[in-house]
Amino acid sequence: MTRTPLPAWVLVAATVGLTVVAVPLLGLAVRIPWADVPTLLTSTAATQALWLSLRTCTLSMLLATVLGLPVAMLLARLEGRRAVLVRTLAVLPMVLPPVVAGLVLLVTLGRRGVVGQHLAAAGIEIGFTTAAVVIAQTFVAMPFFIVSVEGALRTLDPAYEVAAATLGASPTTVLRRVTLPMVGPAVLAGMTMAFARSLGEFGATLAFAGSLQGTTRTMPLEIYLQRETDTDSALALSLVLIVLAAVLMALPAGVRALGSRGGRVA
Amino acid sequence: MARRWLVVSAALLLVLAGCSSRSPSGHGRTTLTVFAAASLNTAFDEVAVEYKKAHPGVEITFNYLGSQDLVQQMQGGAAADVFASADQKNMTIAIESKLISGGPKVFATNTLVLIVPRDPKTGQGNSAGITGLDASLDGKKLVICAPAVPCGATTATLASNLGVTLKPVSEEQKVTDVRGKVESGEADAGLVYSTDAKQAGDKVETIQIPGAEKVVNSYPIAVTASSRAPAEAQSFVDFVASEAGQAVLEKYGFGKP
Repeated sequence: MTRTPLPAWVLVAATVGLTVVAVPLLGLAVRIPWADVPTLLTSTAATQALWLSLRTCTLSMLLATVLGLPVAMLLARLEGRRAVLVRTLAVLPMVLPPVVAGLVLLVTLGRRGVVGQHLAAAGIEIGFTTAAVVIAQTFVAMPFFIVSVEGALRTLDPAYEVAAATLGASPTTVLRRVTLPMVGPAVLAGMTMAFARSLGEFGATLAFAGSLQGTTRTMPLEIYLQRETDTDSALALSLVLIVLAAVLMALPAGVRALGSRGGRVA
Repeated sequence: MARRWLVVSAALLLVLAGCSSRSPSGHGRTTLTVFAAASLNTAFDEVAVEYKKAHPGVEITFNYLGSQDLVQQMQGGAAADVFASADQKNMTIAIESKLISGGPKVFATNTLVLIVPRDPKTGQGNSAGITGLDASLDGKKLVICAPAVPCGATTATLASNLGVTLKPVSEEQKVTDVRGKVESGEADAGLVYSTDAKQAGDKVETIQIPGAEKVVNSYPIAVTASSRAPAEAQSFVDFVASEAGQAVLEKYGFGKP
């Protein structure tokens, strides 16, 4: 399919836009002490932070998927005011300042929180645990999953689902055999978005979970702390996060490319 | 269309340029930009009010942040007239980076205390029964500052002086975060500066730690090398050290230099 050419000023503006993103990354690449990176990244604090981040982000991604998928399916079928209402609620954490997310979690699940005080009475205290990190990350990451999957579900041609139902498939079978396979790439994209957002989660974790090496101090918290004493170490850790984020963002497109090369219909 | 974009970009540039020009503005008024450690926040606001009574031609704007952040901002070219640090270490870094003109002056001190939460409904404090940096903390949720930040370095020195090993559930980045975790009742106890304990008011109960008075955190203040109003900046520094300035600082829990 051929497209009309873009006006020249759009190309200029786009170049400016890309420069805004590229220059700071270039700045990091110039400033980073490349020779020391392996040593900096193998310190106990760094490896524990990385390992904790990978574990908690995997859990948050899975939770966001399990909890977010039904929400996305429901949302894709709603129309009008109800859709606006549910969508606003579902994506709200996406636009909340992270520290606000941390505060609402604290006043809800904290020791004196609305729910937390009953949990505390039962001997369950979430604050300062790895579970608190996972909860904070899931809270902020789930909207990204929901938005990604809902978009795909809405643009789906309902003819396939209708055909399956006409042939006698139950709603669950339609969902399992027709709908979900067709939105597979969007589910994958949503999962990587959720993982990436969890990886960057900072404010809510700091406010709700605290910061202790190996328990709650994830990569962003470790970077923030290292910055106080050792800028080089903070830069090396930042590099890891940037590389991880880049891989995550490229992953869904890469998988799709592989899929279509294999001759399957995406 | 292209022209409209140009106009918008030009307007944006003007706004940005306006943000960075911090010139002592006209009408005989001077604006001082004071970079002060976060713990000085409310105290310095009041010091500025008192200062302005004596110097009506001077406006003061504050940038309150961790001392480390302030030094990094100044190294990055941020314009400041006065720098007030929460520790000697960051003032030394500022001096070594040639950011300071003249010698710094210590104007206040701060020591550590232990705070425990008070129940907001009953007003009862210390439900965990904590008595100090001792066995009463076993199995309780203690929050301290991370050793990498000034309040954490002081905490580490105090602990080693007393020969105790602290087992915190969290090492926070800022002393105010420690305070917040105790105020909210999330933690059973926290080590903070006496000024933070004072600011927390009724929300916490304060426990003095014997030996804490020997681990003093000193606050130095100085005029910056890049100040465009060095005379006014010096007069603010002098005012902070004066009796009037000291009276305000004492009210907020700071110790004498």
